[in-house]
Amino acid sequence: MSDRAALPALAELTRTRVLEVFREPEALFWMFVFPILMAVALGIAFPSRTSDLAIVGLVEGPGAARIARLLRASPEIDLRSFEPGQADRALRRADVQLVIEAGEPPVYRYDPARPESRLARRLVDDVLQRGAGRRDVWTVREQTVTSAGSRYVDWLIPGLLGMTIMSTGLWGVGFTIVQARGRRLLKRLTATPMRRGEYLLAHALARLFFLVFEGGVLLLLARLLFDVPMHGSVLLIIAFAVLGALSFSALGLLVASRARTIEAVSGMLNLVMLPMWILSGVFFASSNFPAVLQPFIQALPLTALNDALRAVMLEGAGIREVGREALLLAGWFLTCFAAALRLFRWL
Amino acid sequence: MTALGTDAGTAELAVRCSGLVKRYGDVLAVNGLDLEVRRGECFGLLGPNGAGKTTTIEILEGLVAHDAGDVEVLGSRWGSGDRRLRERLGIQLQETQLHEKLTVFETLRLFRSFYRRGRAIDDVLAVVELTSKAHSRVGALSGGQRQRLAVGCALVGAPDLLFLDEPTTGLDPQSRRQLWSLLERYRADGGTILLTTHYMDEAQTLCDRVAVVDQGRVIALGTPRELIASLGAANVVAFAVEDGPGDLSRAELEALPGVHGVSIEDGLTQLIASEVHVTVPALLRMVAERRGRLSQLSTHGATLEDVFVRLTGRHLRDV
Repeated sequence: MSDRAALPALAELTRTRVLEVFREPEALFWMFVFPILMAVALGIAFPSRTSDLAIVGLVEGPGAARIARLLRASPEIDLRSFEPGQADRALRRADVQLVIEAGEPPVYRYDPARPESRLARRLVDDVLQRGAGRRDVWTVREQTVTSAGSRYVDWLIPGLLGMTIMSTGLWGVGFTIVQARGRRLLKRLTATPMRRGEYLLAHALARLFFLVFEGGVLLLLARLLFDVPMHGSVLLIIAFAVLGALSFSALGLLVASRARTIEAVSGMLNLVMLPMWILSGVFFASSNFPAVLQPFIQALPLTALNDALRAVMLEGAGIREVGREALLLAGWFLTCFAAALRLFRWL
Repeated sequence: MTALGTDAGTAELAVRCSGLVKRYGDVLAVNGLDLEVRRGECFGLLGPNGAGKTTTIEILEGLVAHDAGDVEVLGSRWGSGDRRLRERLGIQLQETQLHEKLTVFETLRLFRSFYRRGRAIDDVLAVVELTSKAHSRVGALSGGQRQRLAVGCALVGAPDLLFLDEPTTGLDPQSRRQLWSLLERYRADGGTILLTTHYMDEAQTLCDRVAVVDQGRVIALGTPRELIASLGAANVVAFAVEDGPGDLSRAELEALPGVHGVSIEDGLTQLIASEVHVTVPALLRMVAERRGRLSQLSTHGATLEDVFVRLTGRHLRDV
């Protein structure tokens, strides 16, 4: 295919968008490298086999030696000794989960708001009670199972994919549009017979093109580095990635539909993204938020996208189980695109 | 589209507007402007910055809505069938920054894709003398090259009518002449041009007819030659007298031989004179008699600038 002739306008506009991004090293960094760095960093911070050891601080003093001996015998406890006065600082900095002061009985200091601290307290108390002579009434029989996809990193990767789709969609579209408006390029294009809808659609199509790389690299890396499972259909994941990219591109268009300056659109994009970063279950589950917020959270496009990606990847959900999410995303796309087309300021 | 009630006269018109009014808040940018551009001519809107030239041309281009008046471009009115009309127009706007990361060729190819019919890209590259720069990024072009590319984007759809808004502002003399010659070639091929400028030499070189615009209305209209002839004489004697004795009254100056008009601005007096060799000696004699001292004296052939000064008492490039 010769490069000398122009393609149809929609294809030509999309090609222009793609070329521009490829020639913008910063854009490539945020689009491809950043999500991968984030996945790797978080994967390391929350390793697949999280250290199950309870990290416990023991304050030096009378009786401490006996406690130390008992606790060191436990394979589940990592014991550290502290001078008096040092231990509280370690507790505040979350270096230790629990601080023990020897005595009859010993004193446990910990923050009950931290689940790992509550767990450490139970472990330590068990060991010390037994050491002090407590007899257990029975010994339970244990059956352990490892369910694939139950680690934090498994849970995280679909969320990161959703977040990447959101931020590249919003930034990639919103930023470019406002820049073109500020440079009067939009006005110049309006002066041609170009169909305006095609210009806007080209932004969404270019997003889909980049999605192949963004999403593909992230999922591949998740597979190779962390062995993150894919229980459901890859096609369904792709379908949701496309639907998500379209929705967020349309939302980006809407946010950018009237702004004239990069500063203005940056503020608005952050305002739109921040609630979804926090509420939509990227880094922690959205079910942590109070019930009164749930209807709002469930209506957010990133919540729908993340829930659907997780359900398909981790639970092997089919289209029926994620139909609600698909409809919600399609609704966001249509509403935002129609509103953007109507509100858009070309001059 | 067929325009109802067109007579044989208007069929020859590329642009017709009458009673055009545009307000921005309290500011009256265009104040009852009338205009007729004939097919095949190069028509210039000449006026200082802020005269309403850009607003006028953008109304004609269908980019800005007007508050009152009637606009017809190539026999059509804006509002329906706009895309069909745009197929026939080439537009260069002031201060458009094209994609910096695209090459010249890619930029033209993009614009070409918007038109159903148009010129081959290599052809346009040759016309705007950018063939050797075809694969350079737009961001790496000089001012003159960018401006020629902007005109190239306007030509790529093979337009019947070309709108140019201050096409050579900020360019060096060589780039300006380069652009002028490519516009003259477009004209020679039968194209119609409507351009705005605040350079009188540009209007004089390029335009068949010029409308002098000031404060949102046309204050004079005609060929450059007619406008200059309206001064009554073809030369201008400009002089300034140092402060002190030797002030000359306007009436005394008008009485000098060969003088057809006098304008005084910022201490500089301009005499419109038919015969410089008669007027200047008389002027020198008069200054000497008053024991005044000339600090400046020059003469030149009258230009459109002098027409503007005569009409408004101000210069085109007043800041």
